[in-house]
Amino acid sequence: MKRHLISAADLTRDDAVLILDTAEELARVADRTIRKLPTLRGRTVVNLFFEDSTRTRISFEAAAKRLSADVINFSAKGSSVSKGESLKDTALTLEAMGADAVVIRHHDSGAPHRLATSGWIGGSVVNAGDGTHEHPTQALLDAFTLRRRLVGGADGGVGRDLAGRRVTIVGDILHSRVARSGVHLLTTLGAEVTLVAPPTLVPIGAGRWPCEVSYDLDAVLPKSDAVMMLRVQRERMQAAFFPTEREYARRYGLDGRRMARMPDHAVVMHPGPMNRGMEITAEVADSDRCTAVEQVANGVSIRMAVLYLLLSGAESAVGTPAPTPTRSEETE
Amino acid sequence: MSTDTHLIRGARILGGEPADVRIADGTVAEIGTGLTPDGAEVIEADGQILLPGLVDLHTHLREPGREDSETVLTGTRAAAAGGYTAVHAMANTFPVADTAGVVEQVWRLGKESGYCDVQPVGAVTIGLEGKQLAELGAMHDSAASVRVFSDDGKCVDDAVIMRRALEYVKAFDGVVAQHAQEPRLTEGAQMNEGVVSAELGLGGWPAVAEEAIIARDVLLAAHVDSRLHICHLSTAGSVEIVRWAKSKGWNVTAEVTPHHLLLTDELVRSYDPVYKVNPPLRTEADVMALREALADGTIDCVATDHAPHPHEDKDCEWGAAAMGMLGLETALSVVQHTMVDTGLLDWAGVADRMSFRPAAIGRLAGHGRPVSVGEPANLTLVDPSYRGAVDSARFASRSRNTPYQGRELPGRVTHTFLRGRATVMDGKLV
Repeated sequence: MKRHLISAADLTRDDAVLILDTAEELARVADRTIRKLPTLRGRTVVNLFFEDSTRTRISFEAAAKRLSADVINFSAKGSSVSKGESLKDTALTLEAMGADAVVIRHHDSGAPHRLATSGWIGGSVVNAGDGTHEHPTQALLDAFTLRRRLVGGADGGVGRDLAGRRVTIVGDILHSRVARSGVHLLTTLGAEVTLVAPPTLVPIGAGRWPCEVSYDLDAVLPKSDAVMMLRVQRERMQAAFFPTEREYARRYGLDGRRMARMPDHAVVMHPGPMNRGMEITAEVADSDRCTAVEQVANGVSIRMAVLYLLLSGAESAVGTPAPTPTRSEETE
Repeated sequence: MSTDTHLIRGARILGGEPADVRIADGTVAEIGTGLTPDGAEVIEADGQILLPGLVDLHTHLREPGREDSETVLTGTRAAAAGGYTAVHAMANTFPVADTAGVVEQVWRLGKESGYCDVQPVGAVTIGLEGKQLAELGAMHDSAASVRVFSDDGKCVDDAVIMRRALEYVKAFDGVVAQHAQEPRLTEGAQMNEGVVSAELGLGGWPAVAEEAIIARDVLLAAHVDSRLHICHLSTAGSVEIVRWAKSKGWNVTAEVTPHHLLLTDELVRSYDPVYKVNPPLRTEADVMALREALADGTIDCVATDHAPHPHEDKDCEWGAAAMGMLGLETALSVVQHTMVDTGLLDWAGVADRMSFRPAAIGRLAGHGRPVSVGEPANLTLVDPSYRGAVDSARFASRSRNTPYQGRELPGRVTHTFLRGRATVMDGKLV
């Protein structure tokens, strides 16, 4: 049914579990000597990046290449886009070149939605982060990481969701696409989400989101199974969202002392890139509890799963069966 | 001229009992029943509503400078098609209408178009930059006789400049029409700030950014005892402030656009820039408060904020799109749908809010007059029983950025008369 991945809100619980399970299958490829599957041979994936994001782009690129797809990287800088070409004309160009999937990163919220619904292209659209809206593959890789760490087992928790797990997201919620996708996906998977930020960085209207909002990090930490620290840009200070970096770090940064308030099993996540000394100290970032590096590795598996499910099925849909029927029975 | 002699038979004037109306020599010559043609062209109104020609206080005709989106000619044709006989052309053209020369150019283009009267609005400040007063007196003294001044598109946010403008225009009975938008509170604003903007990740345009300016300006207008008009009021809170100012007896008037009477920010979920407009579409609660305020007269009039944009400025991602939507050719239908068919306003009320009051605010001679013998024959005949889907392909405007494409709306302008001459006959431009 679904041809695109635009918003984490579009995914049902079963869609999401299927993507995580598929990623778990595909992660095994990374352990082989030859890390490549022939699945998407002859298919073309375009990475259309209007914003610099080397980390996300190479993650998608690695994912597509491990599935044997042809990958074209289209960066707005130095291309006709920087000379005023519209998104529409860029899309029509990619369509003419036969793109089967377009992975788009754009500075405007809603640009991937527009690309997918305007009739400009026929292929699948994958949102790789749009403005301050969503970043669904980041939420998926975070959920994948959480499932391995908190639900776990030898199979990584295949078939299961995150029911009852308590996830705290800390930082610049207002400008964060990671937070928006995270709230949608984690609650869909049954997790209880709490957002923590200074009130200036919580969007007006977030009271209607399916999560709790708190201004007090210390009060929330003991009740968290996972704490996700968001990057806080220092420029926000100029717009008076908080007084100084030091004050932000004191009230909302995660240091060793605060980390000790968390339960022993709880993990610290960060989508990167980290501002060490701002939202997270080196002590925490380099500790065993921090999953930042693991998240990067998991990102490739998740993006492989998304591209696989969008492009390989008979109906090119998320919702088609996974490649090898070795999953355990779904019990929930 | 015999072609300019018409007999409208069986028209319900302002929704009253059917009557015959003879139009001759540019005026309403006779009103009665059983009138004979005597050589006049007969129009069988058959119970249609006869209104005074509509007057728009807020139209963007785009000429000079953006003739790719609209010209005075295409814009006035759109106005006539929508039942208007006079429009106020906003000053944010290229060059800005901030001198006697530019307002006279627009005024002259209006005269040449012949489809409706064009009353230029003068900029309050040079280049709409909010820094230095434009030559308001020269624009008033020009052939265009400007009485409405506005930096629309931008807010006169400096309190001292706003105070001076309000004071200065008293010398010639002018009015300052404020685009109420606190600029610092709306940096990067893309849509109404609230539940929907939080989800969509689009920059918020909070209601308080409009209300704070309106509150300041009604106090300024009271302090200097001048006339203030609020453009495109869009929030329930703004209604409360204007209601309070009026209760004090202050000389404050306000307009609402048709789209703010009907559409809400829920539509932005489509990320379709046809819904991108400034001030932004608000919530259902705001829409209901605006309807109520228009009905009770707190809001004086409907003004279209007709804002044509070329296709490429809307056929793009939300953030890159221009703000604004067409209004002239759908305004009366939207007002019928939201105000008349809901029982909030009768047709006499429509005449008041879309003709009498806007003409009075603009001090516009010859428009917004009662439909009675001896008055200028600026008239609009509307068929309220019509139902049909909006089709922008049939618009007279040069642009197509309507938010109502394909939407079924009631009512249709069948005839428009400008000083006795038909500009629209049987629903078609003459």
